[in-house]
Amino acid sequence: MGKVKTIARRSFLIGSAAIAGGVAFGVWRYKTPYANPLEGGLRAGEAALTPYVKIDATGVTLITPRADKGQGAYHVQAALIAEELDVDLEAVKIDPGPPDRAYWNTALAPEVAEFSAPQEGFVRDALTGVLSSVMKFAGLQITGGSTTVPDGFVKLRAAGASARETLKLAAAARLGVEASALRTEAGRVIAPDGTALTYEELAADVAKMKPVQDVALRAPEGWRYLGKPMQRLDILAKSTGTQAYGIDFEIEGMAHAAVKLAPAQGGGLLSYDASAALAMRGVRGAYAVSGGVAVVADNTWRAFQAAEAVEAEWRASAMPASMEDHWAALEAAFVPSHQDSRVRDYGDVDAAMVDGALVTADYRAPYLAHAPLEPVSACVRVGEDGVDVWTGTQIPRFVQANVAKIAGVEAAQVRVHVLMMGGSFGHRLEDDVVRQAAEVAVQMRGVPVKLTYSRETDMAHDYTRQIAMAKMRGTVKDGRVEAYDLSIAMPSVVVSQMGRQGLSVPGPDSQIVAGAFEQPFAIPHHRVTGYRADPLAPLSSWRSVGASTNGFFYNLGLEELIEAAGADPLEERLRLVSDPLAKQVLEAVGEMSGWDGPRMGARRGRGVAMTRSFGVHCAEVVEVRDTDAGLVIDKVYVAAEVGRVLDPVSFENQVQGGVVFGLGHAMNCEITYENGVAEQQNFDSFEGMRLSQCPEIVVRGLENGTSVRGVGEPPVPPAAPALAAAIHAATGVRLREMPFSKFVEFAG
Amino acid sequence: MQLTVDGKTYDLDVEGEMPLLWVLRDEIGIKGVKYGCGVAACGACTVHIDGEAVRSCQVAAEDVWGAVTTINGLGSPEALHAVQAAWVTHQVAQCGYCQSGQMMQAAALLAEVAAPSDSEIDEAMRGNLCRCGTYPRIRAAVKTAAKTLAEG
Repeated sequence: MGKVKTIARRSFLIGSAAIAGGVAFGVWRYKTPYANPLEGGLRAGEAALTPYVKIDATGVTLITPRADKGQGAYHVQAALIAEELDVDLEAVKIDPGPPDRAYWNTALAPEVAEFSAPQEGFVRDALTGVLSSVMKFAGLQITGGSTTVPDGFVKLRAAGASARETLKLAAAARLGVEASALRTEAGRVIAPDGTALTYEELAADVAKMKPVQDVALRAPEGWRYLGKPMQRLDILAKSTGTQAYGIDFEIEGMAHAAVKLAPAQGGGLLSYDASAALAMRGVRGAYAVSGGVAVVADNTWRAFQAAEAVEAEWRASAMPASMEDHWAALEAAFVPSHQDSRVRDYGDVDAAMVDGALVTADYRAPYLAHAPLEPVSACVRVGEDGVDVWTGTQIPRFVQANVAKIAGVEAAQVRVHVLMMGGSFGHRLEDDVVRQAAEVAVQMRGVPVKLTYSRETDMAHDYTRQIAMAKMRGTVKDGRVEAYDLSIAMPSVVVSQMGRQGLSVPGPDSQIVAGAFEQPFAIPHHRVTGYRADPLAPLSSWRSVGASTNGFFYNLGLEELIEAAGADPLEERLRLVSDPLAKQVLEAVGEMSGWDGPRMGARRGRGVAMTRSFGVHCAEVVEVRDTDAGLVIDKVYVAAEVGRVLDPVSFENQVQGGVVFGLGHAMNCEITYENGVAEQQNFDSFEGMRLSQCPEIVVRGLENGTSVRGVGEPPVPPAAPALAAAIHAATGVRLREMPFSKFVEFAG
Repeated sequence: MQLTVDGKTYDLDVEGEMPLLWVLRDEIGIKGVKYGCGVAACGACTVHIDGEAVRSCQVAAEDVWGAVTTINGLGSPEALHAVQAAWVTHQVAQCGYCQSGQMMQAAALLAEVAAPSDSEIDEAMRGNLCRCGTYPRIRAAVKTAAKTLAEG
């Protein structure tokens, strides 16, 4: 395997493998230098094929391994493949794919072709431009970090192109003509005389061939699907109530389970009495599971009712008693012994602080639940021939490993069927519900057990967004921002989240400062320091992760310094901005909003904010009106630099949704804990934005950069600080803590 | 107990207090009706009873006072209701989980008010939560559907 070293430096290789009745094309993935506990069986130089295209006698299947939680991931992945493969999206099957190692682990064939696309530099940029922690996620087939588009933009098209060219070679051999004389269209290879061979007919021939190398990807000018409005494949089903989600899953003989979990996060079961529950109609059994008790019945509602009827004694939580204690723990973390990172440190910040009037402020951001509208569920069946798991998940390979452990089988014997998700926002990066369903299923062998969380269980036992605090100090000189020192404290989300998967994450946590340390502003004296607080509530990645709190802190601090300098918020940002792409984003949002200063007349104002997150510069201008009924958000303008807009409709929808998500939580959402028990357990006390509060949202995607980016998360961080700035402009009230409803009133 | 749902009559043996939502989903098998909160705070379970939009999580089976229409009875992929057609045209859905309830609420509004104003749309739809934030598209789709219905 002398070639491996050369190959391994490249981003990826296209390969193919014979399968029953046909062929699969995809990307080879080598054992990486990182210790990946899930790839223990893979020896150095071996690789797993992640298949993207499958062709057999029954048709063409496009395999879209990244999960779809509503962001249109299945569609965009399929469109990327179809663009090069020349198939009609309406005429192919789309399969989210199994966890790859279970089905596709295979020793690397020595003759695997090396794919050398001419856009190699571009490939490298697209794939390595994201944070390294995100890349580690990607290797684990985790959907998150807005990586679906950057990761798939070249790989998926390359797989489609390689398959297409190899099909042409197979057709050339059959027809006795030069491959270069052949063309492809709608799943067929067509000869100059009009003879057409379908991909299905050629599949068995192709399986015996080496995949074609050196295929140039088509230029954007020739794209048929990408860059144009596409009707998403799931739209019809989602507009008629016929889309099946995880919670809708049904199979012959299935039992319905519900859980009663320790009221406090991190509490546990001491003892329980299920006699009242067992006497209720339709109830089949009760079992201790991780964190509480599961009750099995013949109907979801009966299971919910019976779970409520379980009497239990619980272990107390190790969490602090009150929210004051949580905040005090963050306050106590701003000390050298808790310093986690100081990646940005320009000029001489300490010296600059004594010159001029010092501006200081403290900021806070609360715990937040993910709360996708579909509560989590999982169905598990432990059978003689292995274990089946049906669930909506972003982490199929962790699910597979964890269920295997519970069932006492090899991971390869666990089949994970990924189902459509009714939202996620990071929620389905956790798998408690699957583990608990498996714990019941092993005690009811042969019976498919579907566990559904009630909304209250889902919200109270969510692993929330981090609580965070920041301290800003800075100085201004001659009407300009001169020095800006931002310190941020939070517990480590990554350590908490990965810890539940048995993984330890050494070194500084980039998420503690993400959305702050890498912002494109050349302030003469500038420092961002991350402090790691001791663990409090268990945490998980919430849409835009560290940047969801830090984008708020960073922009607010900058805003207050600009105000102290007497400068215009947009003009001063434009003066300070150091990245040409970021500058174009700021200019665009200024032009779109007709920016002429924060004040817009009596009781009206606008605010601007920009955050670079997940490789995307995203700037927003929010317009607010103060009315007798409360604050009204009239309009939001958004500009985001994403390299390429692959689907303008989906892009606009995603960006608008990100803005609503950012604004809604900033307005009125928080999770607070009393002795570890969440005080908000349903949408009556964790409301978010309502349609009646939703502003008009004008979106522009900029395509000046060379890196193609996903846009699921970047619109979230700038929304809250832009709203805070707008409220300040309209009312004079300076908001430094979310949710804002603690201090101001919004119209309903 | 007998219930008429989407034009079909069902004989059911269920507890009187079982919410209509769960009768529809688990006993009859109509999965287009969604569970989101169970406390009438999200609107995902909205159905029509005699044409009126109601939260099916709050109606006990024994209290159902008329014929029930669900999203699956409003129209089908082959024969779309004007509201569903507008939802397709505007590509409203992201995750799509709330949209059954949104469409049922919108259909009830349009049955009552042929050309609703912005504030009438706001008032009618404010109880239907969308966590993905598709509100701008919902507003546009309601207006398109109103136009389609007006043109007959």
